Amino acid sequence: MKHAVDERGYYGKFGGAYIPEMLYPNVEELRLRYLSIMEEESFQKEFQALLKDYVGRPTPLFLAQRLSEKYGSNIYLKREDLCHTGAHKVNNTVGQIILAKKLGKEKIIAETGAGQHGVATATVCALMGMECIVYMGKVDMERQQPNVERMRILGAKVVAAESGSKTLKDATNEAMRHWINHPVDTHYIIGSVVGPHPYPDMVARFQSVISKEIRTQLLESTGKALPTHVIACVGGGSNAAGAFYHFLNEDSVELIAVEAAGKGNDTDESAATTVLGKPGVLHGSKTLLMQTMDGQVIEPYSISAGLDYPGIGPIHAHLCDVGRVDFMSVTDEEAMSSGIEVSRLEGIIPAIETAHAFAVLPKLTLTKDDTVVINLSGRGDKDLETYIQWGKY
Amino acid sequence: MINTTKINRIDKAFQEKKERLLSIYYTAGFPQLEDTVSIATALESAGADIIEIGMPFSDPVADGPTIQGSNKIALDNGMSIKKLFEQLKGIRDSVQLPIILMGYINPVVQYGVENFCKACQEIGIDGLILPDLPMQEYMEEYKTLFESYGLYNIFLITPQTSTARIREIDDNSKGFIYMVSSTSTTGAKTGISMEQETYFNRIKELDLNNPTLIGFGISNNTTFERACAYASGAIIGSAFIQVLSQKEPLEEGITTYIRSVKGNG
Repeated sequence: MKHAVDERGYYGKFGGAYIPEMLYPNVEELRLRYLSIMEEESFQKEFQALLKDYVGRPTPLFLAQRLSEKYGSNIYLKREDLCHTGAHKVNNTVGQIILAKKLGKEKIIAETGAGQHGVATATVCALMGMECIVYMGKVDMERQQPNVERMRILGAKVVAAESGSKTLKDATNEAMRHWINHPVDTHYIIGSVVGPHPYPDMVARFQSVISKEIRTQLLESTGKALPTHVIACVGGGSNAAGAFYHFLNEDSVELIAVEAAGKGNDTDESAATTVLGKPGVLHGSKTLLMQTMDGQVIEPYSISAGLDYPGIGPIHAHLCDVGRVDFMSVTDEEAMSSGIEVSRLEGIIPAIETAHAFAVLPKLTLTKDDTVVINLSGRGDKDLETYIQWGKY
Repeated sequence: MINTTKINRIDKAFQEKKERLLSIYYTAGFPQLEDTVSIATALESAGADIIEIGMPFSDPVADGPTIQGSNKIALDNGMSIKKLFEQLKGIRDSVQLPIILMGYINPVVQYGVENFCKACQEIGIDGLILPDLPMQEYMEEYKTLFESYGLYNIFLITPQTSTARIREIDDNSKGFIYMVSSTSTTGAKTGISMEQETYFNRIKELDLNNPTLIGFGISNNTTFERACAYASGAIIGSAFIQVLSQKEPLEEGITTYIRSVKGNG
């Protein structure tokens, strides 16, 4: 398969496992065992059963007729917003928690930005009866209070990351520090296709169910095997990795990743890593990274708490580098307008992250012959406060 | 460019003094931007044996709150690798101890690895500790370059490191091996437990080619002496940063502290 991770844990120039020696045994154990565990019959049986009966898969592929009419094309929505907990994040946490059990781990830690991955982790920990600690930036805890309470109701302990800028990047630092201090009994469930190898590959594989289903469903409903376009938003890039995965080898399929441009890429307030970043090393991998001339990591900005990460998964840095995926970026304003538009045209309030993916529709030249799939990665319930404050509806 | 005749100061330190070496870490640009050189000078006259200067980073994942805090203050003060090299230019006129730069790989990559090595050689830096540069990457991408500029790359081992990997690290090490005393971030634990002593003994019995220094959890004379029973000496970081955070004149505080750790206070 093209664009797969190589034996050294790299996608082209990006990836690797840049971790302190303290984490080496854990990451190495994971590297040596993740593929064989994922191939075990007992793993697959438990994983597939949970995806079906707990997560609610397969999620529908919905022909959005009014949106299609407006943009003169055929637009399908992959309804990851209908997953249990309201976003695609749970595909990965279900997989990783079964894997953690097989590794003999007793406790789970996770980082979270907007809280979606934290909720998805707290959810599967409750399901499996495992202890769960979620690190969340203090600033994010204030911004996303309902998700903090959801995690607490589910029995997780939410720890405020008080260091640095007190957001997702710092929550990830704190989770890594916790893992350094508790390496033996704890598994770290990373929520995106970031981190040291094998995390990016493992998370991409767990999320690849999205594109696998798209292929089957599209064939059933249209008779065509392949769409012309697949569009997904990118923060770290887990929903995009999952939506692109089974199309990476299909050169006819145009893959479009949408980053958050915040208040514009010409301002200091953006999160468009492929536009503003340079190769660098953060959280265990070499990737594109927003940073100063001196190599200090910059805190990005987006109205969406799920997209304001200073890096991007190494698979995406590679796909951008070799030109397999088109990276576009949209501003807060464009994303919010699109979120309202999708709500009005299709009766679906998307997460603000997801609204970014829709916001490229006016920028593309689409025809009646095109088949466009947008990964509707999450629902907008968690973002009501932001929609309300934005106000233009 | 290549200076093979000159002995690396780290080797010299271990040859001259086979035991009870004290290596002290501090963050460049902390507490004040221009303190970097005066702290080194004070450490030398106070009786430290090796100096580790930290290059601050925005996201120091292997460090606990104390060193994170000093990194943040140093960055807010305006510290950068470029600034550090400006400060250290000429330091060899006043400081003869081995100097090791410690930091995370990203700022080094942005500076340019070869330019970085070249500047280190010009200043008289003896070694580097880059905790998030793994051995595999080091061997493939950095080793030749570091060695051509006379820089020793110091590796870490921890209680979780397998014997096979310790042997591999030993084979690829020069200078000394940094023995992390417990599975933790810096400054997270104080004191030395029985379990740790079992680990120290295990490493001692491996009879490695390189000397070892024990770091993490060393803060005073008691812990220093315990570490010295199993290794060639010890490394202090967080506890020294706390000394620097106190208000008394820097030099006085440093002298008092170093003497107390060595037991001749």
